[in-house]
Amino acid sequence: MNKLQAFMGWIDHRLPVTATFEKHMSKYYAPKNLNFWYFFGVFSFLMLANQILTGVWLTMSFTPSAEQAFASVEYIMRDVELGWLIRYMHSTGASFFFLVVYMHMFRGLMYGSYQKPRELIWIFGMFIYLMLMAEAFMGYVLPWGQMSYWGAQVIISLFGAIPVVGDDLVTWIKGDFLISGITLNRFFALHVIALPLVIVALVFMHIVALHEVGSNNPDGVDIKKYKDEEGRPLDGIPFHPYYTVHDLVGIVVFLFVFCFVIFFWPEGNGYFLEHANFEQANGLKTPEHIAPVWYFGAFYTILRVVPDKLGGVILMGAAIAILFVLPWLDRSPVKSWRYKGWISRINLVVFGLFFILLTWLGTQPASGIYKTLGMIGTVVYFGWFITLPFISAKEKTKPVPERVTG
Amino acid sequence: MKSLIAVIFALLPSFVLAAGGNVHLDDMKVDLEDKASLQRGAQLFTNYCMGCHSTKFARYNRVARDLGIPEDLMMENLVFAETKIGNLMEIAMRPEDSKQWFGATPPDLTLVARVRGADWVYTYLRSFYADETRPYGVNNAVFKDVGMPHVLEGLQGKQVKGCAPVVIGFDPLTGQELKEDSCARTNHEGHPNEVLYLEEEGQLNAAEYDKAVADITNFLVYMGEPMALDRKEIGFWVLLFLAILFVPVYYLNREFWRGIH
Repeated sequence: MNKLQAFMGWIDHRLPVTATFEKHMSKYYAPKNLNFWYFFGVFSFLMLANQILTGVWLTMSFTPSAEQAFASVEYIMRDVELGWLIRYMHSTGASFFFLVVYMHMFRGLMYGSYQKPRELIWIFGMFIYLMLMAEAFMGYVLPWGQMSYWGAQVIISLFGAIPVVGDDLVTWIKGDFLISGITLNRFFALHVIALPLVIVALVFMHIVALHEVGSNNPDGVDIKKYKDEEGRPLDGIPFHPYYTVHDLVGIVVFLFVFCFVIFFWPEGNGYFLEHANFEQANGLKTPEHIAPVWYFGAFYTILRVVPDKLGGVILMGAAIAILFVLPWLDRSPVKSWRYKGWISRINLVVFGLFFILLTWLGTQPASGIYKTLGMIGTVVYFGWFITLPFISAKEKTKPVPERVTG
Repeated sequence: MKSLIAVIFALLPSFVLAAGGNVHLDDMKVDLEDKASLQRGAQLFTNYCMGCHSTKFARYNRVARDLGIPEDLMMENLVFAETKIGNLMEIAMRPEDSKQWFGATPPDLTLVARVRGADWVYTYLRSFYADETRPYGVNNAVFKDVGMPHVLEGLQGKQVKGCAPVVIGFDPLTGQELKEDSCARTNHEGHPNEVLYLEEEGQLNAAEYDKAVADITNFLVYMGEPMALDRKEIGFWVLLFLAILFVPVYYLNREFWRGIH
C-alpha cells in the first residue's frame, strides 16, 4: 500500500469520500443510451455554478442602495478589471440558465422522467424552478434600471390582487409604501444568500433522489431489470468515466455557444439585457412598454389574458401549480413518448410550440392579434394538462422493448 | 462655447417630456475602430453637449486612453470642468438648478446609445426644426416637444418643416433625379407629407453636418460600452481556445466509448 492509498484509507475511516464517489460516480450505473437531451441537466448544473461564482465576484463591487446601485453596476462594467465579463456572464448567464432548464424540463416530458418512481425528482425540480424564478426576479431588480424598478412594480403589485390582505401584503414585501432602497436591500439579501441556499439544497435533493432510483432513458425502460452476475445493469455503464467524458464534449460545445453570445451578442437584441434597463430607475417616469425578461414571458402572457387582475393572478398561479401534479396526470403505462400513441406525441410537440409562442407574446404588447393568440395559447397550455389523464389512459401504446434500443 | 451655455441659461424654459413614437430612423453605421471619428465626436460632445449633459459613469483618462488622446491634450482641449484627469465626467450644473431652468434635468448621456440605439441618436440630432410655439423655438421630429434647444444650429443652419421637393426616383434613360413636392403625397396619418429642409445654411454643409452628427453618435456608442472592442477581441481567443479544446475532448470521449454498444 503506497502513501496515497494509506492517506485515503485514513480519510475513509473518518469521512466516506471513496464510498460517496463510488455511489454517485464510478459505480453509479446510468443507461448507456442517454441522448442529446440528457446534456441539459449537466448544463443546468454548470449554469448554477456560473451564477454562484460570478455572483460572488459581482457582490464584491456592487453597492446595494438606491443611490449607488446603478452607478456601481457601471463601475463594474468600466473600472473593475474584467468586470464587464463577470457581469455579462451573470446577466446573460441568467437567460442561458432558464434556456437549459426549459430544455431539461421538456426532456422530462418527452421521456416521462416524472413518472413513477421519479415523482419526487420532478417535484424537487419544480421547486428549483419556482425558486429560480424568484431568484431571477429579485436579481433583475438589483441593477436599479428603469425595467428593474417598473418590472418589480408590476410583479409585486400582483400580490395586491389577493382579497383582504393584498394591500398590506404589498407594503410588507416592499418594506415601504413605494419600491425604494429598502426593497432593493432586502431583495439583495434574498438574492445573494437566502434563495441560493435554498436552490443549492433543492438541487442536492434533486440529485440524491435521482441517484436513489436511477436515471430514466429515452426508451423509458428500467435498466435494473437485467443485471449481470455481479449485479450491474446490463444496459448501464458507470457514470464516471463514461458520462464525465461524454458530458465534457457537450460542455465544450455549450460553452462555445454561451461564450459566443457573451462576447458578441450580450444584450441579445434587448431580450437578455433590456434596453430600458440602461436608464436609471425613475419612479416618476413610466416606460412606454413594460415587459418581463423573456423567460417569464409565457406566464406573463397567461396573466394578461384575463382582464380581471385577481383572475389573471389565479390563472398564472394555476399555470405553474399544474406542473407540480404532472406525475399524477399522466396515466400512461409507458414512460417514453417513443411508445406512446400518435395523439400524445403530436400533443406534446404542439404544447412545446405554444409554450414558445406564449413566451414570445409575453415580451410584446398585449393588443390586437397578440391578445387573441395569447388566449389561444393559454387554452392550449391548460388543455394539454387537462386532456392528458384521458388521452394517456385511453390511447393504444406500442410495446416497450425489454432492453434499451440505443 | 461658454457664451452658448450662458444663452441656454438665459432662456426661460418650460419643458414637456415626451418620447418619440414610431418615426423612421436613419441608418447609422457605427465604427468603433475609427479613432479619428471618435476623437471628433468627443470634441463635439465635450464642446456642445457637456455644458448640460454629464457622462458621469465614465472617466476622462479612460476616454483619453481608449481614443488615443494624450492626457495633456485631453485636459487642455476636452476637459472644461475644474477636475482631474482620473475623475468621472460630471458637470458643474446642479440637477436642482437645471430642473428649474429646463423643467427637467438634462439626462446623463453615458448610456443613451444603449437605451435608444445609435440610429435614434443619429436621427434625433438631425431632426430639429424651427417651431415658434416651443420655448426654444425648435421642436424635434424624433422627440416631440423636446425640452432642449438646438445646440448644433450654428453648425447645421436653420431647418424647417414643410413642403419641399424630394427625390422620388431616377429617370431610367438619363439617370437624373426625379423630384416631386413632398406634400403631393400623404403620410401614414393622412396629412400632407411635410419634410425637414434647410432654410438657412450653417457653418457646415449637409454632408459635413451629417458626418459631425455621425461622429458624436459614434462617440456615444463607444461611451455606452467602452470595452466593446476588447470584448470582441477576447471573445475571438476564447472561442478559438474552445474550438481547439473540442478536438482532444471529442477523441477522449470516443476512446472511452469505443467498446460500448
